[in-house]
Amino acid sequence: MKEFSNRYIFIFSAVMVIAVATLLSLAATLLQPRQQKNLEIEKKKSMLESIGIPSTHETTEVLYDKYIKESFVLNSKGEIVDGVDAFKVVLNVEQKKLLEQQYLPVFNATPDDGEKIIILPVEGKGLWGPIYGYVSLKSDMNTIYGVTFDHKGETPGLGAEINTTPFESMFNGKKLYEADKFVSIGVLKGGAKSGDPHNVDAISGGTITSKGLEKMLLDCIVKYNDYLLKNRN
Amino acid sequence: MSNQEKEPMFSAKNLKLFTAPLGSDNPITVQVLGICSALAVTVKLKPAIVMALSVTIVVAVSNVVIAAMRKYIPDRIRIIVQLVVIATMVILVDQFLKAYAFDVSKQLSVFVGLIITNCIIMGRLEAFAMANKPWPSFIDGLGNGAGYGIILIIVAFFRELLGSGTIYGYPVIEKLGIYSTGYENNGMMILPPMALIALGIIIWVQRSRNKSLIEKK
Repeated sequence: MKEFSNRYIFIFSAVMVIAVATLLSLAATLLQPRQQKNLEIEKKKSMLESIGIPSTHETTEVLYDKYIKESFVLNSKGEIVDGVDAFKVVLNVEQKKLLEQQYLPVFNATPDDGEKIIILPVEGKGLWGPIYGYVSLKSDMNTIYGVTFDHKGETPGLGAEINTTPFESMFNGKKLYEADKFVSIGVLKGGAKSGDPHNVDAISGGTITSKGLEKMLLDCIVKYNDYLLKNRN
Repeated sequence: MSNQEKEPMFSAKNLKLFTAPLGSDNPITVQVLGICSALAVTVKLKPAIVMALSVTIVVAVSNVVIAAMRKYIPDRIRIIVQLVVIATMVILVDQFLKAYAFDVSKQLSVFVGLIITNCIIMGRLEAFAMANKPWPSFIDGLGNGAGYGIILIIVAFFRELLGSGTIYGYPVIEKLGIYSTGYENNGMMILPPMALIALGIIIWVQRSRNKSLIEKK
């Protein structure tokens, strides 16, 4: 290996860094529109999944427009805030604000069975990063119609199991309220008793993710408490 | 290395570069590198396979890049240069996956970023690409990626089958009706220690078949 002068080393590093920076920023800029579009489709796809409508990357947008027609934003008192696009509300940005200033998005959907459903977005923390999802409620504003969860980087086979159908389907038909009291859904280690309306089984090996999910449901949905109580029928 | 000048592309020596890491010079079971990711992504087959492919691509391409500029890389900053090349590759792979294969990129999530820390890649750059031409380096990269991948897939196969009762997400055990005989999935298999034990068993089997791997006392 031959010796290089200090000058050479400095020039080499400078050129390398500039070349790499150019390449990476070019790639990021050129690919960004496609990535944004993917994220948007992904969001719509999750919402459709929470009301039990499977879609592929290609059919998502058509199905979304067909089933989810209306959306609005609430404040923490359950009043509708005008002039805000619910789809564009970013939940983890809202969660950093004071509760009184937060926007709470609600999406109305009507699947083929005619049920009037509201879809609420939720977001919280798992073990390695954010976990998020959508909870859809029947028109009694109490019974869960369906849920979908996803995560940024939970461990495959353990915490990552929250986005699988066997886990998500346990939530169907569970109740958020005990009479007028909000109790949310618990995720129990060791398993929930069959027929228990407020609990589901946790994931073995995914304790922290399961706990995070439980906290996410409680923290996010309780903010809608006033709206849910007002509109139940 | 001067006798390599007139070598054909698929000479016996070059082929050996590919086959050695699959067996007697395996990066995981013989050199014991890259264990960390081998434990993390082997709970299910699918992430293991995608991880194996991504690592193979990154190690092969980085090997070529480093081999091509090996004569211009100042010795004193070579590790930094190697890291920059690997990191650039990984970020590019990640960006492309996000734009064109969104589902796969979701599957892999954090593990794509973790490829940067995979010791096999830097090990190959430092041990091979810095001293060899691009073509042999490319083959060496492919071989080591495949050697890493094959172990990952073997471990993932058993962990998924015994731990979750599925193969590539397909519920084999349930379909065969084995659950009705009182069989239950072994929850231990999905926890990281069992990856280490599975890996240990593979190393044991390999050493008992290939005595030359056993160190002299």
